[in-house]
Amino acid sequence: MAVKAKTKEKKKAPAKGKKTGSKGAAAGRPVKRKAGGPGIKDLTIKVCVGTGGLAAGSQDVINEFANELRVRGIRADIARKCVNKTGCRGFCAKDVIVEIILNGKTDVYQLISPDKVSRIVEEHIIGGDPVFEWLAGDEYHAFHDRQTKILLKQCGQIDPEDIEAYIHVGGYEGLKKALSQTPFEVTEEVKASGLRGRGGAGFPTGLKWEFCSMSTEAEKYIICNADEGDPGAFMDRAIIEGNPHSVLEGMIIGGYAIGTHQGYIYIRAEYPLAIQRLEIAIKQAKKKGLLGKNILKSGFDFDIHIKQGAGAFVCGEASALMRSIEGKRGMPRAKLWRSAVKGLWDKPTVLNNVETFANIPLIILNGSGWYRGFGTEKSTGTKVFALTGKVKNTGLIEVPMGMSLGEMIMDIGGGMTGRNRLKAVQTGGPSGGCIPADHLDLPVDFDSLSSVGSMMGSGSMVAVDETTCMVDLAKFFISFTQHESCGKCVPCRIGTKRMLEILTRITEGNGKEGDVDLLTELGGDIKSSSLCGLGQSAPNPVLSTIRFFREEYESHIRHGRCPAGVCKALRQYMVNVDTCKMCGKCARVCPTGAITWEPKNKARLDKSKCVKCGACYDACPFNAIM
Amino acid sequence: MSEKKCQNILDKYHNENGSVISILQDMQEVFGYIKEDTVNWFSEKLNIPASNFYGVATFYSQFYLKPRGKNIVTACCGTACHVKGSEAIINRMRADMAIAEGEDTTADGHFTLENVACVGACSIAPVVIVNKKVYGSVTPDKASAILKDYEGNTRGR
Repeated sequence: MAVKAKTKEKKKAPAKGKKTGSKGAAAGRPVKRKAGGPGIKDLTIKVCVGTGGLAAGSQDVINEFANELRVRGIRADIARKCVNKTGCRGFCAKDVIVEIILNGKTDVYQLISPDKVSRIVEEHIIGGDPVFEWLAGDEYHAFHDRQTKILLKQCGQIDPEDIEAYIHVGGYEGLKKALSQTPFEVTEEVKASGLRGRGGAGFPTGLKWEFCSMSTEAEKYIICNADEGDPGAFMDRAIIEGNPHSVLEGMIIGGYAIGTHQGYIYIRAEYPLAIQRLEIAIKQAKKKGLLGKNILKSGFDFDIHIKQGAGAFVCGEASALMRSIEGKRGMPRAKLWRSAVKGLWDKPTVLNNVETFANIPLIILNGSGWYRGFGTEKSTGTKVFALTGKVKNTGLIEVPMGMSLGEMIMDIGGGMTGRNRLKAVQTGGPSGGCIPADHLDLPVDFDSLSSVGSMMGSGSMVAVDETTCMVDLAKFFISFTQHESCGKCVPCRIGTKRMLEILTRITEGNGKEGDVDLLTELGGDIKSSSLCGLGQSAPNPVLSTIRFFREEYESHIRHGRCPAGVCKALRQYMVNVDTCKMCGKCARVCPTGAITWEPKNKARLDKSKCVKCGACYDACPFNAIM
Repeated sequence: MSEKKCQNILDKYHNENGSVISILQDMQEVFGYIKEDTVNWFSEKLNIPASNFYGVATFYSQFYLKPRGKNIVTACCGTACHVKGSEAIINRMRADMAIAEGEDTTADGHFTLENVACVGACSIAPVVIVNKKVYGSVTPDKASAILKDYEGNTRGR
């Protein structure tokens, strides 16, 4: 936030020159000066202040830049680069990223710390020669160049708290165009684009709008689902934090198409910055006449309210979300009607995801034909993925639908960190599944992912290597869904609990013959008999890991062995006498005295005393503990 | 319980449909947790049974029915953090803080340790948040060092 104050102060400086002048002088600040120094006509420095950037020390870097430039009497707008708090332009692995635009030429530095700032100012800004060894290298360009950015294009580039910045890059042009058409034409255009809901299930957006627009009820609602609960996904947050107006514009167009005057944004309370940005955006849009009564003098009224969630994963489910907006416990209801018939307050309601809405202005403005140019026949457009886990380049990536999994992991992600090989890619969070490494040529779109027992979900993509135990990973997801189950229906409430118990006993070495079949049967029953999407997809992580990694389950059960070495209870420690260098570190850290060692002798481990804490394994500098 | 503070909250939402969650959120913001006498006060004013408030408060993980520690330590347990070893970090922090089994706050009320499903900072996993400050790429040793920094912090959040 300090950065925000700084930028604003700089911008406002001329207006209240006297005030800041006297104050600045007192605090030892320089008197205002134009971008000075030899050959500097125009200088902008952009420093990432996303969550990743801040944790890497970007605030210190900003302070250092301000300090250095002040000392040398150069004025620059130290703007925020990655204004979105996490996603930024995606490349948090190389933070702090600093972009310097000098006289129209852009150079990007990576891994910058405060002590490097002085040399950059000296050689680059004043001398005119970038410091080559710190410039972002091939990885940075491989990461960005292979992406197709249409949604994330403006994230991290424009100031999200300034509506003029959005309008300057063509914002609200889509709305203008939509208002010049009939609601029917707008809906038809969205239908023709083939856009499918980005929340996970992939229902065609245009169809949803059509159902709702056919209703003759006077009161209808449109809701934006920003309750991004999937662990591992953060694209909705990045879009809202980086370009909130694109979501508002999409909602207003949607409201016009279905004929409603009321919109809600249901957003997680865990995203305070996103909420703040939305509030600012709504205020600005109202001031500009883009929201409220008689929008752009078209006679169309539309208003948006923000509702904060309260921490329940199930509220990402449409009917549960609507109960939550009504102030009730967020429990899904039976689908006797579509929410397009009876939704919020029992009125016809359209609910779409953040990313879906952000696509709408682009589709209206550029036409459905343009949009169909991206992606595949049945999954059009681009999709934003949160690529994380054990790949080199982690972050947000936007690619056309249908790109192969391998291209995303190996080319954009830059392959794996460390020596271990890729084992699987987990997509779709707790509703999705694990795709094994030999399926890297699989095109990533809605239908291909379902065909291998996973799903698109919200677009999280976690690469795991050989050090991840698939049984443990399945247990992780089931314990998540078990915890988040609202408890309304038995298969989900008790079924996931039983699955968790079975998985726990397998990871503890007490698995029984037949447990895998039992899990498969139970999983199938839960899928077919749960009420809502949470229960229907909860067994997916278990079923897909059984499908592709059954031998790992069996190794746990039959041989008491965890191939990845993750399940503590199954670990067996021993000293490798060939590599032991007789240093004695292991014996010193052993809490139970299971390891005995005397100087100039190899360590010995008494298995009967070992509690498998792993302290010796961590302590050994020669990898002699196995 | 300060009646004036409650009245302020009530005035904000009086005519709004479905305000139970918003009222509870404000209540927690003002008082730190959900207090029984406050709930009863709102229940009478709004003519909504206290059980409704209780039902909502226990459904959502955001609401606390007990006072929390001065420093809130949040460990992320999302997929990326899990894969990168968040469990070892949580175990270490529990041991360092000496939090009793089944509790989440230290006996002296200095620290509260809680888990969150995902804070959306997966690129810098594993993540620990202390009083809204985010620490990335945490290891068990780094976690211990971070906690040390807050041992003297009694001003709290």
